[in-house]
Amino acid sequence: MARVPIIRIGDMLIASVQEDINDREATDLQDELFQLLERTGAMGVILDVSLLQLIDSFLGRMLREVALGARLLGAQTVVVGIQPAVAVTLVELGLELTGVRTALNSDKGLRLLRQLMARTRTGNWSWNERSRKH
Amino acid sequence: MNARESTELLVPIEGESGIVNARSLARNIARELGFGMVDQSRIATAVSELTRNIVRYASGGRGEVVIREVAGPADQPGVEIVVSDEGPGIADIEFAMREGVSSSTGLGMGLPGTRRLMDEMKIESGAGRGTVITIRKWRRQSGK
Ligand SMILES: Nc1ncnc2c1ncn2[C@@H]1O[C@H](COP(=O)(O)OP(=O)(O)OP(=O)(O)O)[C@@H](O)[C@H]1O
Ligand SMILES: [Mg+2]
Repeated sequence: MARVPIIRIGDMLIASVQEDINDREATDLQDELFQLLERTGAMGVILDVSLLQLIDSFLGRMLREVALGARLLGAQTVVVGIQPAVAVTLVELGLELTGVRTALNSDKGLRLLRQLMARTRTGNWSWNERSRKH
Repeated sequence: MNARESTELLVPIEGESGIVNARSLARNIARELGFGMVDQSRIATAVSELTRNIVRYASGGRGEVVIREVAGPADQPGVEIVVSDEGPGIADIEFAMREGVSSSTGLGMGLPGTRRLMDEMKIESGAGRGTVITIRKWRRQSGK
C-alpha cells in the first residue's frame, strides 16, 4: 500500500523515503511509523532521505513531527543523508529542523542512533535533553 | 543571439499531483538552462511552495504554472515562473509575506521562504481577485 517500505531490524525501524514522495505518501509514512512504533515498541527510527532532491516546508515539517512524535512514543529518530543542495535550501527557506537529529549517511546514522538508544535505556538521556534547552 | 530557441512550458495544477509535476519540470528546465545543483533545488522548492498554496487555498485546488526562459538585467540566462490561480486571493499581501503568518496549519514559511530562495518575486492579488505570483532566478555568470 504505502510506497515507502518500513523495515524492522531488532528494535529499530528503517524507512527510505523515495525520490518523488507526494504529500499524501508523506503523511501515510508518518502515520504508519507511529503505528509501528506503538505496535512493536521499537526504540529507534532511521529516516533515510538521501534520495530526496527536495525538502520543502511540508516534508520538513513531516520530518520534525516524526522526530518529536517518536520521542513521545519512547523512540529516538535520526534523519540520514540530507543532500548538500537540499540542506542549503532548507536553511534559506527558514526550516532549521530544530530538534531533529541528523547524520551524513546511514552508517553514521546507525551509530548515532545506537548511542541515543543506549542513553535512553540508561536514563542519561533526559539529563542531556534538559541541559540543552537552556 | 536571438535565434536561440527559448523554452516555455505550461503546467496545469489540479490537486496534489500537480505539485510534484510542476516542481520536477521546473527543475528540469533549470538544469537545461545550466543552473547548478543548489539553484535547481532552490527553484524546485519555490515552485513546490507556491503550487502547494494553490492546492491548499485556491478554489478546487486549481491553477497553472508557466515556466519560461528569460534574460536577466545583465543579459544573463534566467528562468521566470508564473504561478497563478483564480481562488479567493490574498487580501493583505504584506501581512501574508510575514514569517509565520498562516491561515491554515502551515508554518507560514512558504511565501517569505520563496522570496529568499529566488532573486525576484512579485505578488499580484487582492480579495476575490485570484493570485498571480511571478518569481525569477538568474544564473550566475561565472559559474557557467
Ligand atoms: N494562492 C493563494 N491564494 C489565497 N491565499 C493564499 C495563497 N497563497 C498564500 N495565501 C495566503 O497566505 C498565507 C501565507 O502563505 P505561506 O505559504 O507563506 O504560508 P502557509 O501556506 O500558511 O504555511 P506553509 O507554506 O509554511 O505550509 C496563507 O496562509 C494563505 O492565507
Ligand atoms: Mg504555503
